[in-house]
Amino acid sequence: MSHNEFKGQLSRRTALGTIAVFAAGAALASCGSGTSDAPALTAANIDGPPEKPNLKLGFIKLTDMAPLAVAKEKGFFAEEGLNVELEPQANWKVLLDGVIGGQLDGAHMLAGQPIAATIGYGTRADLIAPLSLDLNGNAITLSNRVWAMIKDSLPKGPDGNPVHPISAEVLKPVVTEFEKQGKPFNMGMVFPVSTHNYELRYWLAAGGLNPGFYTDGDVAGVIGADVKLSVTPPPQMPATLEAGTIEGYCVGEPWNQAAVFKGIGVPVITDHEIWNDNPEKVFGLRKDFAERFPATTVAMLRAIIKAQQWLDADGGANRQEAVEILSRPNYVGADAEVIAASMTGKFTFEKGDTRDAEGFNIFFDKFAGYPYYSDAIWYLTQMRRWGQIADDKADQWYFDTAKSVYRPDLYLAASNKLVADEVIPAESVPETDGFRGEQGGFIDGVIFDGKAPNAYLAKFDIGLKQGQKVTASGVTGG
Amino acid sequence: MATAYADIAEPNETTDVSAQSDANTATANTEVESAASQRPNLLLGKLQGFAKGLIAPTIGIVAFLLLWAVLAPQVDTSLGALPGPVEVGEQSVALYDEWSAAKDTEAEFYADQDARNEAAIAAGNPGSVTEFDYAGPPTFLDQIFTSLKTVALGFFLATLVAVPIGLLAGLSPTFNAAINPLVQIMKPVSPLAWLPIVTMVISAMITSADPILPKAFVISALVVMLCSLWPTLINTAVGTASIDKDLLNVGRVLKLGVFAKLTKLVLPASLPYIFTGMRLSLGVGWMVLIAAEMLAQNPGLGKFVWDEFQNGSSQSLARIMFAVIVIGFIGFGLDRLMMSLQALVAKNRTV
Repeated sequence: MSHNEFKGQLSRRTALGTIAVFAAGAALASCGSGTSDAPALTAANIDGPPEKPNLKLGFIKLTDMAPLAVAKEKGFFAEEGLNVELEPQANWKVLLDGVIGGQLDGAHMLAGQPIAATIGYGTRADLIAPLSLDLNGNAITLSNRVWAMIKDSLPKGPDGNPVHPISAEVLKPVVTEFEKQGKPFNMGMVFPVSTHNYELRYWLAAGGLNPGFYTDGDVAGVIGADVKLSVTPPPQMPATLEAGTIEGYCVGEPWNQAAVFKGIGVPVITDHEIWNDNPEKVFGLRKDFAERFPATTVAMLRAIIKAQQWLDADGGANRQEAVEILSRPNYVGADAEVIAASMTGKFTFEKGDTRDAEGFNIFFDKFAGYPYYSDAIWYLTQMRRWGQIADDKADQWYFDTAKSVYRPDLYLAASNKLVADEVIPAESVPETDGFRGEQGGFIDGVIFDGKAPNAYLAKFDIGLKQGQKVTASGVTGG
Repeated sequence: MATAYADIAEPNETTDVSAQSDANTATANTEVESAASQRPNLLLGKLQGFAKGLIAPTIGIVAFLLLWAVLAPQVDTSLGALPGPVEVGEQSVALYDEWSAAKDTEAEFYADQDARNEAAIAAGNPGSVTEFDYAGPPTFLDQIFTSLKTVALGFFLATLVAVPIGLLAGLSPTFNAAINPLVQIMKPVSPLAWLPIVTMVISAMITSADPILPKAFVISALVVMLCSLWPTLINTAVGTASIDKDLLNVGRVLKLGVFAKLTKLVLPASLPYIFTGMRLSLGVGWMVLIAAEMLAQNPGLGKFVWDEFQNGSSQSLARIMFAVIVIGFIGFGLDRLMMSLQALVAKNRTV
């Protein structure tokens, strides 16, 4: 896509009355010219000194917060004239409330959080995601007990290790066994709108197990469930698994490797194997913050993009240093060897079964930072698939919602400046209309096209169809 | 009169007992000593006093440490064996090292900033001068000071609210009857139940982007205040209500005004009660604060404990235990501080 096309697209959005102010800035930045069809702000406003240099950003103790820690420790925030304090949060709910309530100026967020807040699922607030923090980075871990029950039934490769990816089908007999004994089969994920919830559900459903539906307004999501999912904050996952409350979980690193190190569980599949290069965390902030402090917002993005580049530079040469930074008690704080187990291109499944995982954490390559509308639409389709969105929505609703939350205009304002300053290469910024096009790479082989969300939803065996609703007694209609 | 306050006075009786038990043991000690001095074997008596005052506590502490050192390694958690006293001691050193390293980084930060600013001014670009405060991670010592500041503000607010209401309740049986049910219901509410309400209200009220006091700090302090004002309120009410009737009559004869009556009669007479209540309040406040910081992730010692729990590194448990010990010592210190204030007030009692 040429710059002119991009400008044209932004103009259409301007005409729609959305984000006129930033469209102008982004168009300016992307065209490198002094003229723009939308007045108001100019490039000077976005590239000027930060209006609010003292910032507090929140994060959860996960390795994918690395861009924020690196931006601070390697001085990228300081280079942009920002004085940033990073504060760990207890769980995703506290973090979200912190951003909405203004205690935090921005945060390392689940991609689903700004989307859900904007559509009013949970706390209603206007949040935006101007940047994706990373691709992949999660895995599903099972307890030793369940692993012992399925291990023998897994097909083995020539080296005697199980063939990957492991399908959730192997869990079916285990779930039946639990049912016979009258026990529920529980698994943990980190938040109702987390990537982990959707990935775990995707994996289970692809294997023929129903992870349950949400009724309007409830957050349990266990209607009709074969496997009951519940929320546990990431750092408490291993302890909850050990306590026997759950039989497995889907979580980001280092909490899968922590289970391996503590000998309490076995990771069976990474999210990269569920969906190749899936978009993961985002950098989220309030919409009104970005409107009041555009230069600050873009300066933050520039610092984070530099950090993302640093993390993926030279084939991961800096990862060891990143591990050292993350292992400090004020960041992730887990032992360095646990963090290194997934950050340095390897991933350990069973003890002794360590495999190459080059793409386990991608921060910069493959346009990891660009906030694609189609990514937001995938999350929206999953919210509809499991009943978090109670009613059918038109395709246009998906597009409009995605465009009000995901803000490539801000990303481009930041990245184009970095390209102009020759900090990042021009080819690291995609030329796109915001849709990735048809995407394969899912474990069940279903193709996702962000431009046809309703058609996508019709492809699933397990999941809500057109016209279906969830009530306390089950799925009706359709 | 006393029956009218039976409800509100009840907890106070337990208060007095606990407050006086310290005094009792103190007098018991002196009694032992003076009794011993009258006996022919003076040395033995001295030894007895010494044994009770110093040796017994030492034996208690050593026995506890030994038991801890022996039993802790037997408990195997997923973070390794439970740390013993030695590991916890090592973490205190590690925390000190972290603190001094953080101080160095901070000094470096300011030096860099000054250098940058000077360069900017020299280059004729005073617009780019920055006056940033160091935004590094809080050290353990910073967390201690944050907690102390928070509890001080909460306690100050609690006293400010509780004493006037308590005085009013003590002086006016009608007012007391009006607030008594409220007090009885609010008193047992856990800080964790207040927290969401306070958080939402404060978030709604403080809207400025750069508030004078950080929201988290105000939230913690208000939760401390809500939970710690009751002992002071109740004790003040009881103290005021139990003033000698003759004194009040004398006041009436002398035609003292309301203000004079308050400052010359009521306050002096009820001060010991007020201070007993305040001592209890501070104890409650300190306990509440740690819980509030843990749940709301407001900076302070509670957050330190929770963060370390979340870190789940091999040192986490030892660091948490060290924090527990520090919390205990600070609580003890605060209590002693209030006790000496209380004693001072009791000594200077003029009415």
